[in-house]
Amino acid sequence: MTQTRSRDAINALRAQIARIEGVAGPSRAVLPFGMDEIDAHLPGGGLALGALHEVAGSGFDAVHGAACTRFAAGIAARTKGSVLWILKDRDLYAPGLRQSGLADRRVVYVAAHTERDILACFEEGLRHGALGAVIAETERLPMTASRRLHLAAEATGSLAIAVRRGGRAAEFGQPNACVTRWRIASLPSVALPVPGVGRARWHLELLRCRGGMPADFYVEACDDRGRLAPCRLALPAVLGDRPVASGGWRARA
Amino acid sequence: MGLEPGTPVAKARALHAGLMILDAAPEADRAGLDKLARWLQARVAPMVAPDPPDGIVLDTTGADHLHGGETAMLETLAQRLTNAGLTLRVALAPSLGAAHALARYGHARRIIVPPHETAAHVADLPVAALRLASGTVQSLRMLGFDRIGPLAATPRAPLTLRFGPDVARRLDQLYGRIEEPIIPVRPPEPIAAILTFAEPIGSAETIARQIAILVARVCDSLDRAAVGARDLDLIAHRVDRHAQTIAVATARPSRDRVRLTRLLCDRIETIEPGFGIERMVLTAIRVEPIDPRQRVSSLIEDETPDLSGLIDVLSNRLGARALHRVAAIESDIPERATRQVAPLASEESPDLPALQAWPRPIRLLPRPEAIRAMAALPDHPPLFFIWRGMRHHVARADGPERVFGEWWRDADEQTAARDYFRVEDTSGARFWVFREGDGEHPETGGQGWFLHGLFG
Repeated sequence: MTQTRSRDAINALRAQIARIEGVAGPSRAVLPFGMDEIDAHLPGGGLALGALHEVAGSGFDAVHGAACTRFAAGIAARTKGSVLWILKDRDLYAPGLRQSGLADRRVVYVAAHTERDILACFEEGLRHGALGAVIAETERLPMTASRRLHLAAEATGSLAIAVRRGGRAAEFGQPNACVTRWRIASLPSVALPVPGVGRARWHLELLRCRGGMPADFYVEACDDRGRLAPCRLALPAVLGDRPVASGGWRARA
Repeated sequence: MGLEPGTPVAKARALHAGLMILDAAPEADRAGLDKLARWLQARVAPMVAPDPPDGIVLDTTGADHLHGGETAMLETLAQRLTNAGLTLRVALAPSLGAAHALARYGHARRIIVPPHETAAHVADLPVAALRLASGTVQSLRMLGFDRIGPLAATPRAPLTLRFGPDVARRLDQLYGRIEEPIIPVRPPEPIAAILTFAEPIGSAETIARQIAILVARVCDSLDRAAVGARDLDLIAHRVDRHAQTIAVATARPSRDRVRLTRLLCDRIETIEPGFGIERMVLTAIRVEPIDPRQRVSSLIEDETPDLSGLIDVLSNRLGARALHRVAAIESDIPERATRQVAPLASEESPDLPALQAWPRPIRLLPRPEAIRAMAALPDHPPLFFIWRGMRHHVARADGPERVFGEWWRDADEQTAARDYFRVEDTSGARFWVFREGDGEHPETGGQGWFLHGLFG
């Protein structure tokens, strides 16, 4: 009897905390990845809409941000409505986005020059509410700014993705208010039976997840509709692959 | 050519085979004349009047020095209008009558008559130049008056008795003896609102409140005119006679009070109030009619939300050029495959199957960067390459995708070619590299390797 009562009390307290944190209300909509492995791990069964998420590249890609950009584009492609993409360097290539599922007419590009402008436009886009997703490429995302952005996203239900790019590694380690923080690393792809390059593979590191645990996922990169797929081969076989010189590409004289 | 107004079409055709015949469009001519007059008013002199059917009168008194003197003014004016495709004759004279006559009946295409020399210039002109009724001109000719000079020398009384007061009046106007005022075109009054303060204001909150009042007034005027504002200027006059301007623009014509107030209030911080602002003026510089647009029924298709409010806010913060969308162009050359269009433009990417066919990187470097690579010729991917000081061993590769220069653009591109390869290094990072040239023929390119993009 006392046990059930204390369980009820704990459940009530949990619900209260969740309400305060704004994480797991019944009203909270999510965007599932369509991969059971990832969706089961995230609270609510998918990426929370109306929340701020952070993606970053790892190692070599931390500077260029190619894989993490494609990851973000794939998520944005699965939302509805227009996408606002705020960037500083003008090296984003629309045909590449198109092949990740983001049609040209859905994306509005905003070229900002300073971090300050980027964050201001980010918040402005989130406050508007009619956008499916707002993506901003930032170097830094301090606690105060991320808290503010998260509240803006929460108020309207737009998906906010911060693509961290070009900042210092120490800065990336700083805590912030993002609901999930992802780090994406490229993996060697599966060898094809013929010469050529197969579908890209990623190592997704979920570094932080509010209401969930950190985790690692190995996936195949998003296709032309922005969907990920589970890896078909176990990892050791992937890593034990040989360079092109030792076969595959046959020389024709 | 032997043609003059009133010639029958059949006769004109008989005189000139292959003559192009167009219907006269007097209303369109008149509208064009009005437009030209307004253009001249903005550039040459404030007093401008259309003189239908074929002329425009400018009162350049006191305006010629702005253009570097009378000769320079006429030259520039004639040059600009000629460049615009118009044929024209210009005459500058002390009186409207003389200028009118010389422009139509004078010998030169450009005439400047100095003061007090009117008589010498107009004496030889035909009497038709006097702007008289055609019947009067005929009668004067029958009496032997072909030229203006002899007519002006004749005693006035018999002429007035015979033809009425018109001939004498026109002669006086020609010689500048009586005034002939012109009725200038008036530019449309801009929609504006003014607030003057008894006590100068300075705080941001007060300015914001006054902006709201000004916007409400301007929007009332816009409502009455059934137009929306595209460009708004807010001018704050300070007590020390210093004026500061906030200029905002909207992507679509708007008379939404909340939105326009918001756009202006976003920029309050750029106003330096100093000792206080005593007058604020809000002017709608550019207005356009608001076109109601028919929506697709929501049963069929999701309604596309209106982004113009957001776009206005962002472009007023960053400048109008900062926002764009991208539309595809059917070109194989990666740098030319996209172009920027306005965020609310209706242009769509053409739905080309070729656009989807080949993998394209998600990051394209602003310009290809030279890399050091080792590869077997003619069409093998590199075994390794060095980019920005890092060595990448190629584990897998796809290609080549040969892209030819667009020969219709210039001579250099006639033979140019690039061989693109998609390569993956041992860590799994993917790059888009190309070799200039086809690997065999030196005229197709220098055979150097470049890195052009990164795949995710």
